[in-house]
Amino acid sequence: MRANCWYGKKDVRVETVPDPKILNRRDAIVKITSTAICGSDLHLYNGFMPTMEEGDILGHEFMGEVVEVGPDVRDRKVGDRVVVSFPISCGNCFFCEQEMYSLCENSNPNAWMAEKMFGHSPCGIYGYSHLLGGFAGGQAEYARVPFADVGTLKVPAELPDEQVLFLSDIFPTGFMGAEMCDIEEGDTVAVWGCGPVGQFAMASARLLGAERVIGIDRVPARLELARTGARADATVNFEEEKTYDALMDLTGGRGPDRCIDAVGMEGFSGHGIVYAYDRVKQALMMETDRPIALREAITACRNGGTVSVIGAYGGLIDKFPLGAFMNKSLTMRTGQCHVQRYWDELLERVQNGEIDPSFVITHRLSLEEAADGYDTFNDKEDACIKVVLKP
Amino acid sequence: MKKSIIINSTPEELYRFWRDFENLPRFMQHLQSVEETGEGRSHWVTKGPADSRVEWDAELTEDRENELIAWRSLEGSDVYNTGSVSFEPAAGGRGTVVRVEMDYSPPGGVIGKGIAKLFGEDPERQVYDDLRCLKQVIETGEVVLSDGTVWDNGVLTQRPGRPVSDEELEQSRGAGAD
Repeated sequence: MRANCWYGKKDVRVETVPDPKILNRRDAIVKITSTAICGSDLHLYNGFMPTMEEGDILGHEFMGEVVEVGPDVRDRKVGDRVVVSFPISCGNCFFCEQEMYSLCENSNPNAWMAEKMFGHSPCGIYGYSHLLGGFAGGQAEYARVPFADVGTLKVPAELPDEQVLFLSDIFPTGFMGAEMCDIEEGDTVAVWGCGPVGQFAMASARLLGAERVIGIDRVPARLELARTGARADATVNFEEEKTYDALMDLTGGRGPDRCIDAVGMEGFSGHGIVYAYDRVKQALMMETDRPIALREAITACRNGGTVSVIGAYGGLIDKFPLGAFMNKSLTMRTGQCHVQRYWDELLERVQNGEIDPSFVITHRLSLEEAADGYDTFNDKEDACIKVVLKP
Repeated sequence: MKKSIIINSTPEELYRFWRDFENLPRFMQHLQSVEETGEGRSHWVTKGPADSRVEWDAELTEDRENELIAWRSLEGSDVYNTGSVSFEPAAGGRGTVVRVEMDYSPPGGVIGKGIAKLFGEDPERQVYDDLRCLKQVIETGEVVLSDGTVWDNGVLTQRPGRPVSDEELEQSRGAGAD
C-alpha cells in the first residue's frame, strides 16, 4: 500500500510499504477513505519529537471501511464504516473504565520510554513516535486498528466523510478544551490559536453556553474563520495589538473567565525578549517547548478563572508564571482528548445540524501530495487551515 | 530488586494464573518454556537460538494459596535466581497489587552469564516490562503489539513504525503470536 512516512526534519515521503496485518485478536484492518494532517503532526515534521524512526508512517486522524477483523472483535464487522479515535485504548483498565481513554495503561508497548519522560505513560497513539508506541499511522491506504471495539465509531452513510472525519481527534479535542473550562452562564471564553482545534474549541464554547467567545491569532484567514465559522464574538490579532491589552479592553479590566490554550509547544509571538529567549533555548535544546500562549493565558485570565490546555506539549518549559497562577487562584485542566468519551454525543450534534465540522477544511489533496500538504500547512500559506488527504 | 504493578483482577485469579507455570512464557518475554517436573520442581528454558539458550531447574520454597509463591534455582544451575511473587488486594478495591522480589547475584559470587541471557542489560526494566505484559494479558487477553515495536527473543526492539512484510511476520516471534 501507499503511505506517508517520516524521514527527518521537514522530510516526509509517500512510498509503497507492506499492507497492515492482524497482530492481536481484537484488531481490525480499516481501508482508509479520508485522513488529515494534524497541527501536532507538525511537531514531528519540524523535528521536535524524539524517538522517531526513519520510515515511521504518520497520521492519527483517519476513517474508512472495516475490511478485516480479528477473532475477538465483537461489535464490528467487515463493511462497517467507521471513524478511528487517535488514542488507542484497551477498554478494560482502570482508566478506560473511567472513560479516561487517553490514559490507557495497556496500549503503549513502549511504556517504559514514556515513563522515563513523564513518570507514567499515557496511551499509545497512531503515528506519533516510538515513545507513544511505534504504531503505524493513518496517512495511508490501510491501517491496523487495535482494540477495534473501543477505538472505532460507526458512522451513518448519509454523512459524508468530511463531516465526520474530525470526530477522530480535533473536534472532540476542542470540545474537551471547552468542557474543561466548566463554563458558567455569562462567561467570556478566550481561545489562543485559531487553527482547527481552536476553531472547534470556540464553536464548542458556544455549544456549551458561553456568553462571549474571543479568538486570538495572527493569520487573517484564521481570524476570519473564527468570526464566520466558529461564530466568535471578537478576535484579537496579536501582530496588531497586545493580547493582554485587547482582552482587558474587551472585559472591562477583569479578564476572560476561561482561557483555552489551543497553541501548544510551537508558540509564536514574533517579538519580545521572552520569545527570543524561548527560541534560543529551544535551538540549544535547553528548553523543549515554547509556552507563549500558556504564559499569556495565565496572565490574562481573570482571578479565580480556568486555564484549559489542549495545545500539545512534550517536554519542559522555562519561565512558568507560577506566582500569577497561585496568587490568582487559577485552575488549570489539561490532557490528551478522551475521544471515545465524547464522540457519540458529538456525532449526534452533527446529525442534528448543530455544527458542520467540515467548516475548517481549506485544502483537499490526494495522499500522494502529502509532502506539499505538510509544507503548506506548516507555513500557513495559501490561507491554509486544515488539509484533508484522500488515499 | 522489587517491582510491583496493580492489575484489575483478584488475588485468586492472579495466583492461579501465575501458579500454572506454563502461563509464564505468555508474559515473561525472555522465556521459551517452563515445565513442572514434579515435587515442586520445574525446568526453565529461555528463548533464542539454540546456542544462546539458557536452561535451569528451580524449586518452590513457599506456596501460600492466593498470597505468595517463592522459588529458587537449584544449586549448580547456570543461573542463580531466587524470587517471590505476592498477590495483595489493592487499596480501595482497585484490583490486586502483584509484587515481585528477585535476587540474581549469588552470595559472594560473580553474576553468572546466564543472568545476562535472562535479563538483558537492564534487569529491573525487563522485570517491570514483564509485569506490564502480565497486566496486558490479564486485562486485555494478550500482550499488546505494535508494528514499530517488536519482541525479539525477549528483547523489546524498535523498527520503523510500518507494517511488517509477510516474510518478516513469519520470522518474528512476538508473545501474542501464540
